[in-house]
Amino acid sequence: MPFALLKFGLNDDYPYEREPDIPAPRDLKSHYDVVIIGGGGHGVATAYYLAKYHGVTNVAILEKAYLGGGNTARNTAVIRSNYLTPEGVKFYSASVKRYEQLSNEFDFNIMYSQRGQLTLAHTDATVRAFRQRAEVNKHFGGRTELIDRQAIAELVPTLNLDPADLPVLAGLWHRDGATARHDAVAWGYAKGATQRGVELHQLTEVTDILKEGNKVTGVVTNRGRIQCNSVVQAVAGHSALLARKAGFELPLVAYPLQAMVTQPVKPFLNPLVSSSALHCYVQQTSRGEIVIGGGSDPYPLYSSRSSLELKESLIAHAIEMFPFMSEMRLLRQWAGITDMTTDYSPIMGLSPVENYYIDAGWGTWGFKATPICGWTMAELVASGGRVPELIQPFALERFSHFRQVNEMGATAASH
Amino acid sequence: MKRMQCPLNGLRNISEFVYGGQVTTMPNPATCTDKQWAHYVFYEDNDIGVMREWWLHAPSGYWFIAERHNASDEIVRTYDASECFSSRVDFSASETAS
Ligand SMILES: Cc1cc2nc3c(=O)[nH]c(=O)nc-3n(C[C@H](O)[C@H](O)[C@H](O)COP(=O)(O)OP(=O)(O)OC[C@H]3O[C@@H](n4cnc5c(N)ncnc54)[C@H](O)[C@@H]3O)c2cc1C
Repeated sequence: MPFALLKFGLNDDYPYEREPDIPAPRDLKSHYDVVIIGGGGHGVATAYYLAKYHGVTNVAILEKAYLGGGNTARNTAVIRSNYLTPEGVKFYSASVKRYEQLSNEFDFNIMYSQRGQLTLAHTDATVRAFRQRAEVNKHFGGRTELIDRQAIAELVPTLNLDPADLPVLAGLWHRDGATARHDAVAWGYAKGATQRGVELHQLTEVTDILKEGNKVTGVVTNRGRIQCNSVVQAVAGHSALLARKAGFELPLVAYPLQAMVTQPVKPFLNPLVSSSALHCYVQQTSRGEIVIGGGSDPYPLYSSRSSLELKESLIAHAIEMFPFMSEMRLLRQWAGITDMTTDYSPIMGLSPVENYYIDAGWGTWGFKATPICGWTMAELVASGGRVPELIQPFALERFSHFRQVNEMGATAASH
Repeated sequence: MKRMQCPLNGLRNISEFVYGGQVTTMPNPATCTDKQWAHYVFYEDNDIGVMREWWLHAPSGYWFIAERHNASDEIVRTYDASECFSSRVDFSASETAS
């Protein structure tokens, strides 16, 4: 193998890619079979699976800014499936399975790194909730167990087990927990989709939705009108605003979510560590930076500004967990607008408008669901509206019948 | 730190306040359909603009209404809830409800 590599290195035919990965934009056509609004991970994954597995290639992805520049670029890339409800666990496990194969699927390295995720319990109530989560997870084939202080100390020797008068009582150890390079996920899907004929149009904002009766017929963009047979909207923080243009409401509230990274240091932290009592989670990237994330802003806002108060409290809690981090410098900090549902589950599937499909309510936890969202949304579109079983519990209708899928305990502050 | 005018206590740090959701119109629980009630529980106005919101001044336990722009975060006006609500709502279960 090293020989073969050396040969490539010296050879003129070194197989670098001469073609750009993602073809340059063309003019918009007047008609597409499918228009996907939002060029984030969810949108491009849907296009990819439509093109690759359903042969639907007359597809346009319309992105108002640039590919993967929304929450796909802003998230902290925690991938896990240790949720609380059977519906949630089944769904997120299916996503984790696709993630495990994704680099092979793309022939492109998404730097998937399965280091396990550890959530800390500081109260008896949390320990009880963890027991339930561990059992539900095991039942659906996930690798999740309750571990004690001793095991935690061995797993994360640098962790302060008695932070802020909140001694750690136990931990939920989720071996399937992982992280990946978020940009690579978006690029991998976009490359695979565009190579199969899908068009990605950046700087193309959808400003209105065209309907005939109750059926969607096209969209209006800043670059003109497009006719289409069906539409998928996957616009994260702007979901409810776009749905209004299509003529219906979504039960969402937009909250900013903030995060930050430090300068890179030598590897010291393998698992992803999270504490819901401290509203904080900490992990080290493959480049050595420490990513710090936490809970949402205290009140809703359609703005991705950051606030010093939230950053201060996040850092304070991170330092409680890892005291030596107080010497480190911050490199970057940012925020994204998240579309929160009251039950912390997404809204997926049919909408009140015919042939208009929704992938929304992804709040603070949707990066991990990118592959399975793309997969199920593609199936939904290709079948002309038959909702895959996996996403039936997440129908918009549940909010008219009080049939919420409550993931609050499993979602808040561990993303 | 950002500050907010509490109608009872004057200008205070925003960290003393707790957001309590938009002010929406409650349908009559005795006569509305389940669907109307669900809508009242789960849906808020999702436009961008100045919204009417419930806020609590936590240290004094005082609820009031603020008009705030939900994109610029500008607080336009704060006032006592009595400006909008003049009577108590009685939630005692009615005889006919099943
Ligand atoms: C700070 C932060 C940390 C997070 N951490 C995690 C985590 O650790 N794990 C996890 O699983 N999830 C996490 N999330 C959530 C996750 O980022 C999102 O749920 C996920 O990225 C949503 O993907 P998407 O493709 O639906 O949205 P996006 O990537 O936001 O893509 C939507 C796109 O739609 C475009 N758009 C909007 N309106 C229009 C329009 N009218 N016309 C055209 N285009 C439009 C936007 O420009 C955007 O690019 C985090 C989020 C944030 C903000």
